[in-house]
Amino acid sequence: MAKANMSLTRNVMPTQDASVRAHNFDEVALGYSEEQAIDEAARCLNCKNMPCVDGCPVKIHIPEFISKIKEGDFEGAYQIINRSSSLPAVCGRVCPQETQCESKCVRGIKGESVGIGRLERFVADWHNTFASDAPVRPESNGHRVAVVGSGPSGLTCAGDLAKKGYEVTVFEALHTAGGVLVYGIPEFRLPKKIVAKEVDTLVALGVEIQTNVVIGKTLTVDELFEMGYEAVFIGSGAGLPNFMGILGEGLNGVYSANEFLTRSNLMKSYLSDSDTPIMKGGKVAVVGGGNVAMDAARTALRLGAEKVYIVYRRSMDELPARREEVEHAEEEGIEFRLLCNPTEIVGYHNPDDLRDPKNGFVTGMKCVRMELGEPDAKGRRRPVEIPNSEFEIEVDTVIMSIGTSPNPLIKSTTEGLEVNSRGGIIVNEDGLTSRRAVYAGGDAVTGAATVISAMGAGKVAAKAIDVALSK
Amino acid sequence: MYKILDKKILNPTVVQLWIEAPLVASKAKPGQFIILRVDQTGERIPLTVAGVDKTRGAVKIIYQVVGATTEKLSHKEAGEYLQDFVGPLGVATHLDGLKKVCIVGGGVGCAIALPIAEALHDMGADVTSIIGFRNKDLLILEDEFKACSNTLRVMTDDGSYGERGNVTAPLREMLEAGEKFDMIITIGPLIMMKFVVATAKPHGTPVTVSMNPIMIDGTGMCGGCRLTLHRNGERITKFACVDGPDFNGYEIDFDEAMSRGRMYGEFERHAHDATCNLFKGEVR
Repeated sequence: MAKANMSLTRNVMPTQDASVRAHNFDEVALGYSEEQAIDEAARCLNCKNMPCVDGCPVKIHIPEFISKIKEGDFEGAYQIINRSSSLPAVCGRVCPQETQCESKCVRGIKGESVGIGRLERFVADWHNTFASDAPVRPESNGHRVAVVGSGPSGLTCAGDLAKKGYEVTVFEALHTAGGVLVYGIPEFRLPKKIVAKEVDTLVALGVEIQTNVVIGKTLTVDELFEMGYEAVFIGSGAGLPNFMGILGEGLNGVYSANEFLTRSNLMKSYLSDSDTPIMKGGKVAVVGGGNVAMDAARTALRLGAEKVYIVYRRSMDELPARREEVEHAEEEGIEFRLLCNPTEIVGYHNPDDLRDPKNGFVTGMKCVRMELGEPDAKGRRRPVEIPNSEFEIEVDTVIMSIGTSPNPLIKSTTEGLEVNSRGGIIVNEDGLTSRRAVYAGGDAVTGAATVISAMGAGKVAAKAIDVALSK
Repeated sequence: MYKILDKKILNPTVVQLWIEAPLVASKAKPGQFIILRVDQTGERIPLTVAGVDKTRGAVKIIYQVVGATTEKLSHKEAGEYLQDFVGPLGVATHLDGLKKVCIVGGGVGCAIALPIAEALHDMGADVTSIIGFRNKDLLILEDEFKACSNTLRVMTDDGSYGERGNVTAPLREMLEAGEKFDMIITIGPLIMMKFVVATAKPHGTPVTVSMNPIMIDGTGMCGGCRLTLHRNGERITKFACVDGPDFNGYEIDFDEAMSRGRMYGEFERHAHDATCNLFKGEVR
């Protein structure tokens, strides 16, 4: 075995230069070379107690796959990851590793933790580029399962069941499979060809994907059982976007992050041949501090905005976004207006000419400055308004990225499906809902969370469905 | 892909299509809508269901050519296919318990009002229909309305057919003469619906309006279709795709809805011109 690499810092991820990438939609991070991957792998101490695995929601055998990289056996590394994760090329890119596996890494105590996410991405990309083995469709076991939604939880659940011989149909409301991976996360962070490849793999395994079917409308959960499905997994995702309830949110130029990102990502309005319009250019304020806010801000920048602000009511330390996304956003020139809370969105109104085309469009946003007070129940310091600190920023577009509330479609058409006070579907440790043979996972259960936790829930449910239907 | 079974030109700018979509046809009720995409690069547009034929598994849509997408759609012929067609979306119009109803339709909105009038007629309700158009050339569905209405008033802005004037004129006349409707259901341009509400207000007649804001997914994800409602002195946000498209007309902030409808006006004009030029080029 090669000698351990005791460098305190990890191999730097090659990226497109910030000044260049701010004007294109190509992927920001370019990925490790084979040499960089082997060098980074050599930083892993192969700890016996494997703290990193504890930090992984799907319990990837991290030291084991990293050992294979050290040996140059990249396909071997892929096969180890593949035992636990069905979407490594996705997770290597979008997982918040710094709060999961990498947060537990022993190397992180003194220096930087091993770049586990970067290595996962390297292995998945290597496999997608060089491995030629087409997935083999297993023999059918005669059982049929319906999966609602083709986002991370649905794809994972479908994949795990298909590998065991289940005949799986995935019902997707939109016209393209992938859920948030397609409509939410931008191309520059997760190229859509990677998602398409994952979907193709499932199809090769025998999974049938029906787009343009809204469960709760086109078909109900009960009808799925009548059609012969023996179990249903609901991975319908988060729901309706939240707004602040302040004046001016109905003005033209105010978007939810979901709408703004859907226009750009799903409907491709950043490309010249798309028929879907989106506001481009001008000054943009994104309200919120999560990954979705970063995605919206960086998308606005790439669409040609002259200035983009992130407006967040707490400080840098409380930003819920992945650290890397915040760093990338700062490098690209996004301006962070922290400890700031919007109080009103202001619009143009020409009282002398009601036909003035500028009427009803955003011209600015009034904000108030905040300071951090006492910690709340979750331990996060509560932002408190500073009296008489109002000010206005000049903007043309405001993007609200402050979370979502559950979608009512499935709940309202599925009798006996219990939800909690926030509207999330209630499940037990197996992902089973209050309805017999109906399972759920992902944001539909937890509210807005991460791709990997949704995948984890899909895996748990797939396992439970297999146990239940094998009886 | 979804097959166009047949196509009929109803007037110079209004087209009727029957689309093969058995799952949608098996569920769709009056007042619900579908979302379609003409082709791979197309935008998603919502259109209200104008009728269903369960035996053929087909859904009828009627649309006016106003922008690039409807222009493209108008060049599709029977036997051709649409890229995407999803539904039925939204909540069906609540008709239970209604015995005497006034349907007020404007322009292409009459196409959506018709299945509601027919459903009410089939339920045995007394149906008064007021349908309005800019002029005689734009008149659609008169015979169909005649067949399901106890009373029918046809209005044109220029008096070239039926009576001259707005749809609100006969409505006011009837209400002032003491007609008691359980409900007025109105579908058409926002400005018309706003004035229908204003006309009904002094008489306290309930008004249901069918809203048609800009939408993308239509399933309660993007929030683009949000409307402001004024209820008990509070401003509340509702989403036309999952909470509507029908709303209590007295609560809707029509001015905001009209303003929001113009958000992409300029973009749409350019896109429509470009699409028209494209088709002209093909003809040449």
